[in-house]
Amino acid sequence: MKPTLKKTPMPEQEPQHRVKNFFEVALGYSEEQAVTEAKRCLQCPAHPCVSGCPVGIDIPGFIKKIKERDFKESARILKKYNNLPAICGRVCPQEVQCEERCVVGKIPGSEPVAIGRLERFVADWEADNVKERTVDPTVPKGKKVAVVGSGPAGLTAAADLAKMGYSVDVFETLHKPGGVLVYGIPEFRLPKSIVEREVKYVESLSVKIHLNTPVGKSISVDELLKDYDAIFIGVGAGTPKFMKIPGTNLNGVYSANEFLTRVNLMKAYLFPEYDTPVKKGNNIVVVGGGNVAMDAARSALRLGAKSVVVVYRRTEQEMPARREEYLHAVEEGIRFRWLTQPLRYIGDEKGKVIGVECISMELGEPDESGRRRPIPIEDSRFVIEADMVIEAIGTDANRFLLSQFKGLSLNKYGYIVVDSETYATTLRKVFAGGDIVTGAATVIEAMGAGKKAAFWIDRFLSGEYDPWR
Amino acid sequence: MKNRIIKKSRLAPQVYDFVIENEQIAAKARPGQFIVARAHEKGERIPLTIADLYKDSFRMVVRGVGKTTYELCMMNENDVLSDVTGPLGNPSEIAYFGNVMLVGGGVGIATLLPIAKELKKHGNKLHVILGGRSKEYVIMLDEFEKIADELIITTDDGSFGIKGVVTDGMDLVMNKSKIEVAWAVGPTIMMKFCSLKAKELGLKIWVSLNPIMVDGTGMCGACRVTVDGQLKFACVDGPEFDGTKVDWDELLVRLSQYRDEEELSLRKFKESVGDLSWL
Ligand SMILES: Cc1cc2nc3c(=O)[nH]c(=O)nc-3n(C[C@H](O)[C@H](O)[C@H](O)COP(=O)(O)OP(=O)(O)OC[C@H]3O[C@@H](n4cnc5c(N)ncnc54)[C@H](O)[C@@H]3O)c2cc1C
Ligand SMILES: Cc1cc2nc3c(=O)[nH]c(=O)nc-3n(C[C@H](O)[C@H](O)[C@H](O)COP(=O)(O)OP(=O)(O)OC[C@H]3O[C@@H](n4cnc5c(N)ncnc54)[C@H](O)[C@@H]3O)c2cc1C
Ligand code: SF4
Ligand code: SF4
Ligand code: FES
Repeated sequence: MKPTLKKTPMPEQEPQHRVKNFFEVALGYSEEQAVTEAKRCLQCPAHPCVSGCPVGIDIPGFIKKIKERDFKESARILKKYNNLPAICGRVCPQEVQCEERCVVGKIPGSEPVAIGRLERFVADWEADNVKERTVDPTVPKGKKVAVVGSGPAGLTAAADLAKMGYSVDVFETLHKPGGVLVYGIPEFRLPKSIVEREVKYVESLSVKIHLNTPVGKSISVDELLKDYDAIFIGVGAGTPKFMKIPGTNLNGVYSANEFLTRVNLMKAYLFPEYDTPVKKGNNIVVVGGGNVAMDAARSALRLGAKSVVVVYRRTEQEMPARREEYLHAVEEGIRFRWLTQPLRYIGDEKGKVIGVECISMELGEPDESGRRRPIPIEDSRFVIEADMVIEAIGTDANRFLLSQFKGLSLNKYGYIVVDSETYATTLRKVFAGGDIVTGAATVIEAMGAGKKAAFWIDRFLSGEYDPWR
Repeated sequence: MKNRIIKKSRLAPQVYDFVIENEQIAAKARPGQFIVARAHEKGERIPLTIADLYKDSFRMVVRGVGKTTYELCMMNENDVLSDVTGPLGNPSEIAYFGNVMLVGGGVGIATLLPIAKELKKHGNKLHVILGGRSKEYVIMLDEFEKIADELIITTDDGSFGIKGVVTDGMDLVMNKSKIEVAWAVGPTIMMKFCSLKAKELGLKIWVSLNPIMVDGTGMCGACRVTVDGQLKFACVDGPEFDGTKVDWDELLVRLSQYRDEEELSLRKFKESVGDLSWL
């Protein structure tokens, strides 16, 4: 049988239903669907897909086992490379990573193999069907590693180091582990029960996660340096940027981080059953064009907004959001105003936002990023009515830890400088990876960094290689 | 056990004094810092100041104003808070200054105590003004009596000390002594007027801001305030700022942001637990 040109479709909640709930939008493959999709893979000897994956998963290997209906073995292969497959299968931008390189996708008119969906299937199948997850015993190495931050970078580094036999302590300042996975990415894209499940797996490897522990405040940098043989910093890029236009501090103006943290981490969509409130606007303006803007817009809609408008200063072509997320947003009824830049937020006499004054833009010459630079068009100001605004214009490095690490070199944006191969920082024993090195990036890149750093930490601690020599 | 309530006592109506077991915080906290606590799994994260430190525990004073603080005030000895994170924020900048004025109002008096003790340790002379609605709301008086070189009490109704507000006390102190620097901690509106007064007197004044917070680590921006025309995050840039430079009216408006939701929450809570006036 010749493989079909298109990916096996994944069942989804219908848009008219899903905008009223926070349940997952994409529902996952059945066994039959997964096997059908797995058959589309050509098992290429050169398997270019693997080089597109930041953690180098044996993609043909795990897909072959699906085809053979040996899901358990498939899961075992996946776990060798990826400690958090159920998460990556859901949130990886596959279209620019593994699937981008897939040979099947190069055939005219054909879509690549749905690697991400298959990965998700296998991870979920394992969780549903394999009750006792066995962990291969390791020989203790007798050395201790501290991991600061429990986002994907930290969790991955911790899991890999634990598998190698190191004793690992993870420190997290929030009351839940997972970083952006728990506070940023919404439930309807990544159910928190799945993050919990994957974190439990990491803990089953004997990783100790210490919550409510802000390193730099409740544990000093000196103590870490004294008590541990190596340190991995994965504190993320969590400081929200603001446009700093007039009216930024009006009531009803949120950073995406605050809005999403209230909704996700604190479950404000279940207020008042949960104690943390969030404003429920009728007319909402979201500023930005990335994935975070899509998440904020779609969350606001689910809280009951009548209208959600995303304003972006460039056009649909330039917007950085994943195509799939953008299309989901459009299906759900979110409107987009391209070439639009907010100038100020207008408030009422009680200090509440009631509108956004904007200006129209046109695209000029390309800038450093290669994208055409938006320029304001004179006399084109107009007002969009809004009782709530969410700014999703990016984040900066997390601040309070790094200021206390004497000797750690930062670049001009405040991110940690590391050796590009070993992830070693300028300070002996200290490695770093994830968003705190690259600036806001992706889950799998953070995991890739955690994985590579773990490899080099092991080489360093076993005396094979000293990055500081 | 971590975050267990070791001791609880009532300081005033709806104001309770807690000692919480937590080694990490006890070992690291400095005057001026705070914690973020969550009472239970569905609870809100709320910031509270560290009022004192003991060997393996710390002290906090809570005033019931809404659902979460009422819930805390209703917890008992040996109950355990589900989460406590800290210490957070920057410590107060304490050194030897000479004559220092300390103004405390309401539950802010508890925030002021560790600052006062530390200033005393550095050899400063303390001119303390404590204010409250009436006599019973002027808390921790005995503790301040021990360290204050001058102690003035003001009450709105004149039931104790001078009838008036704390800024009247500021005038009294200034008339007699040359003050180098002041701290004012209390309700936002009080800190605003203390700052206006300090500006008038040409006095440097520190205030400890209490905007609405979520994470307390600089990650959300809920706590943003305007200081000297700049956008600051109170949790990581503060909580103490130069009071004469704070945009007070903006802060007061931002504090009312969730009034409707807070009322709903409290009403539902009262429906489930009944009358709370005994607290
Ligand atoms: C709304 C949103 C949606 C996204 N969607 C996607 C997506 O669909 N696909 C994708 O690939 N990527 C997505 N991303 C990006 C992705 O989540 C990040 O690139 C990734 O989480 C970075 O991982 P990290 O481990 O470096 O840091 P983080 O996930 O930021 O984790 C850092 C952790 O460190 C903790 N921490 C910080 N300072 C300290 C300290 N001093 N002591 C202790 N702990 C500390 C923080 O509390 C946090 O938990 C999204 C991001 C956001 C905000
Ligand atoms: C740095 C700092 C230190 C503080 N120290 C103390 C202290 O030592 N003792 C004490 O009793 N109180 C202190 N507070 C105030 C305390 O956090 C609030 O009273 C508490 O969060 C109210 O929660 P609630 O659910 O009981 O009331 P709500 O019903 O939520 O609100 C009632 C009032 O509290 C304010 N408020 C609501 N949520 C917050 C929040 N997350 N942060 C700050 N204010 C909020 C509201 O503006 C409103 O005026 C401090 C606040 C800050 C920022
Ligand atoms: S982890 Fe991401 S990039 Fe790697 S195979 Fe899975 S979906 Fe593709
Ligand atoms: S490139 Fe595509 S078809 Fe080839 S092995 Fe990888 S997933 Fe299969
Ligand atoms: S409380 Fe979130 S940034 Fe200050």
